[in-house]
Amino acid sequence: MSSSIASDYIGVPTPLAAFGGDGPAPVRIVVGYGFWIFLLSDIIMFSALFAAYAVLSGQTDGGPTGHSLFELKHVAIETLCLLFSSYTCGLGSLFIERRRLKPFFVLFAATFALGAIFLSLEFSEFAGMLAQGAGPSRSAFLSSFFSLVGLHGAHVTVGLLWLAFMMAQVAARGPREFVLRRILCFSLFWHALDIIWVAVMSLVYLMGARI
Amino acid sequence: MIDSPRHSSATDLAPGDRQSQSASIATYTVGLGFALLLTAASFIVSQAHLLWEPGVAVGLAVLAIAQMGVHLVFFLHLNSGPDNTNNVLALAFGILIVTLVVSGSLWIMANLNGNMIPHSVLMEMQR
Repeated sequence: MSSSIASDYIGVPTPLAAFGGDGPAPVRIVVGYGFWIFLLSDIIMFSALFAAYAVLSGQTDGGPTGHSLFELKHVAIETLCLLFSSYTCGLGSLFIERRRLKPFFVLFAATFALGAIFLSLEFSEFAGMLAQGAGPSRSAFLSSFFSLVGLHGAHVTVGLLWLAFMMAQVAARGPREFVLRRILCFSLFWHALDIIWVAVMSLVYLMGARI
Repeated sequence: MIDSPRHSSATDLAPGDRQSQSASIATYTVGLGFALLLTAASFIVSQAHLLWEPGVAVGLAVLAIAQMGVHLVFFLHLNSGPDNTNNVLALAFGILIVTLVVSGSLWIMANLNGNMIPHSVLMEMQR
């Protein structure tokens, strides 16, 4: 009976449950879906800054260009940090759903460490650019660069705080349902940041280093 | 026996939830492998002179979109299954808006740039 979802709706070939025709969904689905909508709106906000950067990337006002400022070795390390932290975050959320706390803590601590390495690299890059006089007020190119990459960095900072909070909450309250829902939202957030970084890496750094 | 399907957890999926628990470590690992390959390809395309120069931007865009797809499928577990319809539809709407914002801005600004009076001519006119 349960093998065919549509069996009690004769003549309806698709499973109606997939289209929300069956009353309230479980809380986990509602929460996850709502957070998914938030993430998409966050990505739309990023898209405005991406558009600004794409329009303004050539407007250097005689100042430093991306080619002279960006160090691709740093960018490669930053990319690897975020990619592997996405991986450890995914595995960690897998283990917490199976109520296995030890591997969860190890993997989320690794996620935190990789995210912190990413942030410190980004801070040292920004500090180096400011020291060269290539701050956000130098040219339209640098204004849009700092707002786009800085906003991503701010998201990573918030993500790290959230991550530490979730580890503390698991330690204090155990793997209860509401804690697991928050970890689901956190891992969605962290994966979305990695997706945005792919666009930053390609458009800002790899294209910018060529100009 | 009435086994109502509407309350079984298999009829809808929260974004980020996966269908079967058993294969998921493998899923993440395969996704990581693909993402590493695509990242390496992006760096090589941008640095080595493999592609025809004006084609590099297109190459990088294709690689970036492919990598975002890998992240969505292997890390966020989006797929074409019926339990994922709502998540995919929301994503499709997001992609529509992002495309409108980015391509619309580039189009309008390029057009404005093309129609702008050159600075020297503007100075002449104001005399």
